Amino acid sequence: MNITEKILAKASGKSEVHPGEIVDANVDIVMVHDLTGPLAVESFKKIGTLKVWDHKKVVVILDHQVPAESIKAAELHKTMRQFAKDQNLTFYDVGRGGICHQVMPEKGHVVPGNVIVGADSHTCTYGAFGAFATGIGSTEAAAVFATGKIWFRVPPTIKVNVKGKFKKYVTPKDLILNIIGKLSTDGATYKAAEFTGPTIKDMSIAGRMTVCNMAVEMGAKNGIIAPDETTRQFLEGRVKKVPDLKALQSDEDAEYERTVEFDVAKMESQVACPSSVDNVKPVSEVGDVPIEQAFIGSCTNGRLEDLQLAAQVIKGRKVKDGVRALVIPASQEVWRQAMQEGLFEIFTDAGAIICGSACGPCLGGHIGLLAAGETCVSSSNRNFIGRMGSTQAKVYLASPATVAASAVTGKLTDPTKLEAKA
Amino acid sequence: MQNKIKAKAIKFGGNIDTDVILPGQYMTLVDPNELAKHALAGLDVEFPKKAQKGVILIGGKNFGCGSSREQAPLALKYSGVKCVIAESFARIFFRNAINIGLPVIECKGISSAVETGDELAVDFEVGKVENLSNGKKFQVEKLPTFIMEILTDGGLIENLRRKMKK
Repeated sequence: MNITEKILAKASGKSEVHPGEIVDANVDIVMVHDLTGPLAVESFKKIGTLKVWDHKKVVVILDHQVPAESIKAAELHKTMRQFAKDQNLTFYDVGRGGICHQVMPEKGHVVPGNVIVGADSHTCTYGAFGAFATGIGSTEAAAVFATGKIWFRVPPTIKVNVKGKFKKYVTPKDLILNIIGKLSTDGATYKAAEFTGPTIKDMSIAGRMTVCNMAVEMGAKNGIIAPDETTRQFLEGRVKKVPDLKALQSDEDAEYERTVEFDVAKMESQVACPSSVDNVKPVSEVGDVPIEQAFIGSCTNGRLEDLQLAAQVIKGRKVKDGVRALVIPASQEVWRQAMQEGLFEIFTDAGAIICGSACGPCLGGHIGLLAAGETCVSSSNRNFIGRMGSTQAKVYLASPATVAASAVTGKLTDPTKLEAKA
Repeated sequence: MQNKIKAKAIKFGGNIDTDVILPGQYMTLVDPNELAKHALAGLDVEFPKKAQKGVILIGGKNFGCGSSREQAPLALKYSGVKCVIAESFARIFFRNAINIGLPVIECKGISSAVETGDELAVDFEVGKVENLSNGKKFQVEKLPTFIMEILTDGGLIENLRRKMKK
């Protein structure tokens, strides 16, 4: 069996499972946030169960409309605060956590081999730690609150094998954009995407999270990476006990629906053009695209190494007149590290604004929205029509390095070109 | 859920994502009737008016891709959409729709066989979709029994309540 199959077999009390089979799995952790949680609470109350099945296994994180920008949002936060208190749940309030997908592993809620469901599509991020993690809706989260179980169809797995060493300023974000461009937005629908190969092996936890985070953008049920020494080092001191990672490797004779090969050695910085995540090209081939906003942050690319990279590009330079640059650390932990390293000084000197740890403009519900006719280059994960505000606005997705370089020039720019000019 | 429905079709293209079905700026709305006023606001602000009397929504491939927001199928359901038929669905939307009692049918070839305004008939029990305007018929794969039960009960919550009473 491959890792996904091993985890689902164990969670459903079977010795073996096969793609296509429907299993009833025990859930290890369920997570909801401020926009999906209130509907889940409402549904949970309708079920009529008084208490959640296991209060230690339900995590509530406020991160989307944070801090509350409207009375409506404040009411939703109040609902979640109360529910967390009544049910004695693990709760991350405003200023105590950050973006759910960053907080979950940071605070030790992600353990390799676990089944984790979250009422957010980017829950697949935790596959970076060798967990089976996938997004669900609010009502289904409510059902998990009540029963601790969920049905899954065991997915066929696509093996994505990656080799080669990244060139300067080319990042895991460029890799996953390139993969989505090749496989398309429904290329992995209902399937698992297992990322393997020397490039993945050498990749940091932050990079692995970026890769698994965007698995859903090609329709995947889950993205997954075999846990290893890098995983262990990140988890030590965060989780109670790191499990035996040997049991969480795909067998040599594991079956895959197909294997796709990627080589990053010659890869340039990539960009997903409007309004589909698979509309991917090298930045160098996009031509002249003036921008009004540059956003560095989100569950895809708001981690310390993303901010470090952006700071490296932007240091000593200025954000172009007419461009607003937003920097949003993914969590309070990332915020503190970025502050201590002096990154905020670099961003502030350049003329960027640093906002509180939250989802920010990514989903167009809170701060940093776009007006009609405006263009944003963003390190986030979706460029759909209206995603970041006006339906007449455009979003280009790229790496933090590309976003930083573009903020400086005022148009979509490959970071290596910026350096050549300097 | 009714076993048989008949309604006019409204057709959209492929990759209809949840951000156009229910834009993020309306995510703080709680009342499904309020959500319904913004159904498909990203593509056609007139949609709720058009759907009012009950419609069958036709989509291309990967319908409902993107966010896990259950507000997307909720907005469609309360705007008057009786059923969504598409070439294929994104998985979270597919589960969400079933869980809130909005029938979804995967039907290869449907988008080229239906135009907006055509009269469609769907029989869930036998898995049949018929375009009454041009006579084209499709036999679709029936959903597993436990999923059909969720739809028949009107959604996952009702289904759980019924099972827990037993």
